This record gives sequence, C-alpha cells and structure tokens, in this order.
Amino acid sequence: MALEFAVEVFQNEYLPEGAAEVNAIVTVTATGTAADVAPVASADAAEVIIVDTSGSMRYPPTKLAAAKQATAAAIDTLRDGVRFAVVAGTDTARMVYPRIQALELAGPRTRAAAKEAVQRLRADGGTAIGRWLVLADNLFAVHSGGPKHAILLTDGENQHETPQQLARVLDEVAGSFTCDCRGVGTDWQVSELRRISEALLGTVDIVADPQGLADDFRSMAANAMGKAMADVSLRLWTPEGAQVRFLKQASPGLLDLTGRRVEAGPRTGEYPTGAWAGAESRDYHLCVRVKPAKVGDRMLASRVSLVGPSGEVLGQGRVLATWTDDTVLSTRINSEVAHYTGQAELAEAIQDGLEARKAGDVGRATAKLGRAVKLAHESGNTDTAKLLAKVVDVEDPRTGTVKLRARVADADEMTLDTRSTVTKRVGKG
Amino acid sequence: MESCPECSSPVSAQDRFCEACGRNLRVQRTPVGGPGAQWPPMCVCGGEEFDADGFCEQCGRARPSARDRVEFVLPGVAGVSDRGKRRQRNEDSMAFGRVRGRGVAVVVCDGVASSERAEQASQTAVDTAVDVLLTGLQSGSDAEVATTDAVIAANEAVSRLARPEAAEVAPSCTFVSAVMTDDSATVGWVGDSRAYLVAETGAARLTTDDTWAAQLVAEGVLTEEEALTDRRAHVLSRWLGADSGIEAPQTVTFKVETPGLLVLCSDGLWNYVPEPEDLLEVLPRGVTPIEVARELVEVALKAGGHDNITVVVVQLRGGHGA
Repeated sequence: MALEFAVEVFQNEYLPEGAAEVNAIVTVTATGTAADVAPVASADAAEVIIVDTSGSMRYPPTKLAAAKQATAAAIDTLRDGVRFAVVAGTDTARMVYPRIQALELAGPRTRAAAKEAVQRLRADGGTAIGRWLVLADNLFAVHSGGPKHAILLTDGENQHETPQQLARVLDEVAGSFTCDCRGVGTDWQVSELRRISEALLGTVDIVADPQGLADDFRSMAANAMGKAMADVSLRLWTPEGAQVRFLKQASPGLLDLTGRRVEAGPRTGEYPTGAWAGAESRDYHLCVRVKPAKVGDRMLASRVSLVGPSGEVLGQGRVLATWTDDTVLSTRINSEVAHYTGQAELAEAIQDGLEARKAGDVGRATAKLGRAVKLAHESGNTDTAKLLAKVVDVEDPRTGTVKLRARVADADEMTLDTRSTVTKRVGKG
Repeated sequence: MESCPECSSPVSAQDRFCEACGRNLRVQRTPVGGPGAQWPPMCVCGGEEFDADGFCEQCGRARPSARDRVEFVLPGVAGVSDRGKRRQRNEDSMAFGRVRGRGVAVVVCDGVASSERAEQASQTAVDTAVDVLLTGLQSGSDAEVATTDAVIAANEAVSRLARPEAAEVAPSCTFVSAVMTDDSATVGWVGDSRAYLVAETGAARLTTDDTWAAQLVAEGVLTEEEALTDRRAHVLSRWLGADSGIEAPQTVTFKVETPGLLVLCSDGLWNYVPEPEDLLEVLPRGVTPIEVARELVEVALKAGGHDNITVVVVQLRGGHGA
C-alpha cells in the first residue's frame, strides 16, 4: 500500500529549572498521489448503516422519509465489492438488509434490493443504542481486515438502556470499528452521542433539518470509502517515571485519546487513531509529565511512532525537553501548542456555559460563554463564533462581553454544543 | 626504558622515531579533535542502551557527550575541560603538546555561546594553533612570532567554518596560549580567557581581558568594581572568527627563574577566582598538574558551574628543563 506518513513535532523544548510538563503538537500527515494510493481493495472495506426506527421517527413525517432517502444515498455511494448491511434500531436491533445476520457484497443488484428494503421501514418502538452497536459489532466480527465503518442515525434519547449498559457496550466494541453519529431533530442528547462517537473514533453532528441528511450520509460514506489504511495507532515511548498526562486529537476535531492507552511493552503505550485516507492530516496535542533533569540536560520526553495494523512503524517523531536558566528560551511560546490549548479551552467553555445556562445559572453561563466568544475571536475560529452569536448577544468579542439571549432555538443551542469540539486548524508557518 | 605511546614497543630516550610503528617520539600532544570520553558511555541513571539518536532507553536523557568531561595528561602538563552544571554543551576546547628537549605548548579556546557551532570553532582553533606552536618549538623559532602565526592560522581556520548567509552568528572563540622553553615563557591571548603564574612567593595574572568592560577600566571610565557588575563585563572586544578582524594577539614573554605553575583557563574558572590571590588560596600544593587542574575545576563546579570550565596546568621548573 503506497501510503506514506510524515510525523512532525511542534514544541518549545526549553523548560525552566524544575519544570516537569512537556507539551507538543504532533502533526501526522498521510500522503500519496491519487494514482498510487488507491483506497483499499473494495473487498477489504465494510460499512454498516444503522437507522433509528423508534416511534418518535414518525413525527414529523418528513423525518423518517429523509432518513430513508439519506440511507439510500449512502448505499449508492458504496463501491462494488464493499461488504455492507443496513440495521434498524429500536429497543432492539434488527437486520434490514440482508435479511440474515451477515454482510452483503455491494453490487447493482444488492444496492437496489437494499434500497427497497429501506423504503419499507416503519417507525415503532423504543431506543436502545447499545443493542444496535452490538449487532453492528457482530456483523463486523466475521469480516477480516480493512476499514470497518458504521453510520449511526438517531433522533432520540437512549431511553431503554441505562448509561452503564451503554458504557459497557462501548468498552466492548471500541477498537473493532469506527462510527460517525448523527442526531436528527432536537430531541436527542448531545453528550450521549458525543460519548459514542468519541469511543468509536468518529464524528458527531446535528442534522437539525432532515432535508440535509442525504448529502451528509453521502459524504460520510464517501469518506469511509476513501480510507486506505485501517487500525493505525500512535505509539508513545516515555522515560521511566514519566506519565502521559493527556493525548488528544486536536484537529480536525477534539478527541481525547488518553483513556484509550493499551500497554505495549516497557514504558510504551499505544493509542488508536482509526483509519486513514491517502490525503489526510491530523494534529495531536501530547502532554507528558517527566522527572525534571538538571539545567543543561536534554531529554527525550517521548518518542512518537505511528504504527500500522501489523505493528510496522510508519513514521516517527521526537518530543524533547532541555532545561535551561535562559528565560528568553524557556518563556518562548510555541504557537501550535498555544493555539490548541486555546481551542480545547474554547470547547470546555462552551460546554460548561451551556450547562450553566440550562441550570439557570446566568452569571456562570455569561462568564463561560463570554470567555468562549473571546477565545473564538482571538483564534479566528469564525465558524464557532457564528454559532455562539446565535446563543449570546456579543457586545465586544475582544473582551468577551456578552449577554445571554432570552430566546434561543433548541437547534442553535444543540448545534453549538455538538460543534464545540470542531477546532480551527493552526496556521502553520 | 620508555615505551612508544602509539604501539607500546620499547624505545630508548634518544630515539626520534619508534622503530616499530614509525611514530614521531619527540612530539607528544592531545589528539586532534579532542581527547576521548573519560568514562564508559553510560547514562547518569545507569542505563546502558541508547536509541539511534543517542537518548537513553530508560530515562530518556541524551547520551553524555565525549566533550562533557575531558582530561589529558602529558609529562609536566595536564588539563581538564568540563561542561559545568548549567550549559547544554561544552564549548571550551584545549590542546597541548610537548617537544622532547625543547618545551611545551598549550592552547585554550572558549567558544562564543552566541555564535553557531561554537564547540567546533574552539576545537578547530586549539588544534590549528597548537600545531603551529609545536612546529615552532621543533624548529626553534621565536616564541612571540610563533604565537602570532598560531593566532593567524587559528583565526583563518575558524573563519572558514562560517556560512556566508549567517555572518552574524559566524563560529567564534577566545584564545589563550603559552609556549614554555627551558628558561622562558610566552603567553598570547585574544578575548577573555586567561593565564596566571603561580609560584611559592605569590601569583600574578599575565593577561588583560579583551572585553568592553576591561577597556573602559583601562580608559578610566569604570572602576574595577563597577566593571565586575556591569552587564558588559563579558562582552568581548576581540575574538577569533570570520567577523573578528584580528591580525595579532597580545603577548607577553618572561624569564622563568623559579619553579612554579602556569595556569591557563576559561572564564568558567576565573569568574569564581578572579584575583591571583583568590586562585592562590584555592590552589592545592604538592600535587601533580592533573590533580591541580581537577581541583580547580571542582572549585568552579562547587561554586555553581555556570559556564564551561577548562583548566590547563604546566609545571615550570625554572631553568631545570621543561
């Protein structure tokens, strides 16, 4: 597979005496020309589309119709030879296509048959997302190799399962496939879908207007078809006595990988990153706590390796620490680290602010959302700034002076919450 | 019976060359490029495995550089160069040699930290200069002329290291040298590395620093005390390198009449013992040159070791043969 990876590290390696925390932005870029980076052979890829068919999908009637249309669009995007299935989710999970519990080979005939089956879907019953994911996991289990991707569409809360049940399922299925989640309408829980998409290394977004679903599904499926290598991990070596304080994907969206560590030998752990396409670049924020060495000493705080599905090293970078009493060096701010530290704070401020707003804590909500406005303005994150302006009246973006809006559409609030983790990429240079 | 320093074959005191390997037996000197590491290549944490980039597989620290601590001993002359406690690299270098029956030559250079590849500058300078001085000793040429030739050669060699597109950080260093024969010694310098003469009866500084502060003191603008605390105290007014414009060192030649020690050092030592009396006070008595050098380096390390420390000590016999 002619996919090549480059690993770059951006940091200020100079630390003042006694400092223990080392921060760096690790940029991983997959490259290859269209000619020599064909996506994986079709037979290697697998796609499962999970459609919520709970009773609530009936209202408004356009919702189920749009979901069917979107699923059909996604099916049309599947290349010949891809293994696929469609699952309907209620308080249980049921095969829509094929009828038996298996993956079907995509082709003109099966795609048509699948779309027909989707058209016959009716909405009735409850919501137990964990069970949907278990069925998807079982379908993928017999598929060997290649990127395994699911699309999950829901419109409601996970009512027929406890959060603990869902958490257990996520623990179990994490790592066996990736899943992009979409919430349609405004009756679903942002935090719930975010938990699922984070565990399954996917994206989460709101589709407030069902009319937008088809395009969204098509692009998710196309994106999944474009993946050229699955199961890529970041392997971190850290010195004795050091701890990885956190490893977060910082771009394209925030995704905390810290808890996903799998030990891989002495002082070494691996963190899953999912599947990669032929032209894709992601930034990771790594923070390591080391035992400070003497002024003048230089230390390898972490060796970052990108590791392929069979353990081959695809690229490597070094995070360094040099202790100095030269304050000119140690106080120099690395723009990449500062930018993503700000983007993480921005996401947190939005989530905290919206929570405070819901709880009726006007003071805290105003302060947090004001801070968010300021951070979005400073970092040039105009998309987020626009979403914020629908929830607060911005008096001065530079100081973060805002007033809560009296009336806010549910869709606007949920859109802001859902997209709080979408970061603006740092301007490299 | 002596033995060849190269191949250990027995040689006689009159031999000019080793019968076995052909080595020149009249000249002994520090290896070009600097003496090797003095300790096993082990990490301070005890780890012995390093990755391809030289980082310890256990604690992550960079492998100690061979330059971090360098010691070298020849009959009657010995030196120690140490990274100190605060600097990332040892940018000081030392080279010395001995021509049997003629004398000893020593060079110490301190790489200018604000220039690039300062350690390469200082190592190139000492190797080039000591070559010229040892050739001069062998041919019996005038020591002051040899010293000037050595500075010019070293300055040219260091200048060649500069990249034309980065002239403002051209590799640079200071310079202090000494040439000792039976009864006289010549000291030459550029910059703020120093030479001291220490005898039973007292001690004296032989060099005057080429710094802006020292110049202002000489012109009566600053007092000695003011100069020590002035932020320009260490700003060099003369150095070796592409942008130096140096044509000759300052030199001083004196008769050696009584036994004593000649101490050449970088500012990593003299910052802590600036006055000759300070040096005399911490100087160990009745020990060999290498023990004197080690002890002086230890004094600087104990006092904080803020800079690289290099000390070369030469035994002066006062007319009784170098």
